[in-house]
Amino acid sequence: MIPVCRLEDLPAGESVRLDTTPPVAVFNADGALYAVDDTCSHQDASLSEGWLEGCLVECPLHAATFDLRTGQPTCLPARRPVRTHRVSVVDGTIHVHLTEPAAVPVPVPASATSAIVPAGVSGAGSLSATAHSTLTGEGSAA
Amino acid sequence: MNTVTVVGASLAGLYAARELRAQGFDGRLVIVGAEPHLPYDRPPLSKDFLTSDPSNLLVGGAAEAPLALTDTEEIGELAAEWLLGVHATGLDQHARAVLLDDGRSVVTDGVVVATGASARRLPGPWPAGVHTLRTLDDARALRADLAQGTRRVVVIGGGFIGAETASSCVALGHDVTVVEAAPLPLLPQLGPDMGAFCADLHRRGGTRLLTGTGVAGLHRVASPHSHSHSHSHSPGHVTAVELSDGRLLPADVVVVGIGAAPNTAWLAGTSLAVRDGVVCDDGCVTSLPNVVAVGDVARVGGVRAEHWTSATELPRVAVRNLLAARTVETVTALPYFWSDQYGSRIQFAGHRPADATVRIEEGSPDDGSFLAVYEHAGRVTAALAVDCPRPFMKVRRELRARQVAAV
Repeated sequence: MIPVCRLEDLPAGESVRLDTTPPVAVFNADGALYAVDDTCSHQDASLSEGWLEGCLVECPLHAATFDLRTGQPTCLPARRPVRTHRVSVVDGTIHVHLTEPAAVPVPVPASATSAIVPAGVSGAGSLSATAHSTLTGEGSAA
Repeated sequence: MNTVTVVGASLAGLYAARELRAQGFDGRLVIVGAEPHLPYDRPPLSKDFLTSDPSNLLVGGAAEAPLALTDTEEIGELAAEWLLGVHATGLDQHARAVLLDDGRSVVTDGVVVATGASARRLPGPWPAGVHTLRTLDDARALRADLAQGTRRVVVIGGGFIGAETASSCVALGHDVTVVEAAPLPLLPQLGPDMGAFCADLHRRGGTRLLTGTGVAGLHRVASPHSHSHSHSHSPGHVTAVELSDGRLLPADVVVVGIGAAPNTAWLAGTSLAVRDGVVCDDGCVTSLPNVVAVGDVARVGGVRAEHWTSATELPRVAVRNLLAARTVETVTALPYFWSDQYGSRIQFAGHRPADATVRIEEGSPDDGSFLAVYEHAGRVTAALAVDCPRPFMKVRRELRARQVAAV
């Protein structure tokens, strides 16, 4: 359980970034508190600096939008969710309860391209075949 | 329309394929890609990709994972025929067949031209140690060269690719010089005030910036260099860059970042109008109603924008018009781009008339975090932010809303 700040210091529409590893963004969306991993699942950008509208936050870099309730992206370019974390208020102080990294579902990237891609593309799999092991590795090691 | 062929398997081509399926096209979808790779994201190639941990340097290593734009699940959903590592060499007169360099041709009803652009090269010999940075293979080769110890790097061109590459090279501990022919970097994109700010970013970041001078040529040693694996290089390794004012800059690695040219050669001999890009109307439709163009190769309504955001925004409109067989919707996207240099994130949105004036709206360039707006005829037409994302998003939204309302 990580203390964030006093409740009154995070008014509606505001957000704060925790320098945890990985960093976490905490939002006050019209009175409801949410916490998600701060780094956009698409590329290196801080969601705590994003545009908050209802319970959606839009990434400041490429406008990928995430539902703070579920962490799921609602549009491209993000395709993977961000982790959500439970938030509580104890004696007027906001706390974040970090979710275990392993709880993040890992999508299955393209590794079996040879089955889909016709002849002449032997190199095609290399980019994403490795994405598989790497993503899995990050998911369990982070 | 039974068959649609998307020529180009990068960002715009992938987005076009997605849009075709999303908008209900359930026919045969063929995607032709000149590179052997599945769609990947290019912007990181000059940034994180170059500076990633050396233990990730293996081809296919961890640094390449975040580049993938798609995955098995989506590839299954798209149900496309991927012809990768194959160049399109021609289009028949009415765009009913796409000709390929392996001798095959794809009989088609509709075509999405998404062949992108290629890095411009210097004329003359191309010795080892000289790089462009456009493709994954380019970036792999440059990264391998930069892993050989501390190098003297000369970056030719102070545009976005040049600036980001210089920034990455400095971060890796190399000795870096940027040569820019104009008096300031990024003049055409950002204007003089913000160009001066970017010149300061170079200097403060530890890069030597030489402006107002062109390049006369490359010097090389004649003997083949042991690190050269590319057969496209002529024998020899670069040793120095000679400037047009006579100065000689010793160099182990040279990066040529002098822009990109649209890949339109394969369309020669067709009735499609080509003028620095495939000429389209405001809805991405070419002179043939069954051919649309998207991304870096497309000149839409008189403008060819080499922006990541254009590549993701044009395909929805282009595909809608392709499926309708006429222009039923026009593009209203607001130009937007970003650049990461020396730890600063620059974001720009809007249109910048040449005589626009710049006003600092928030923060200060001296502090390295600010929002600037470009004003013309009493109106804000564009905004530039450096490490100032929230105020920037607000202005960008206002500009976008105004642009949509104006159409």
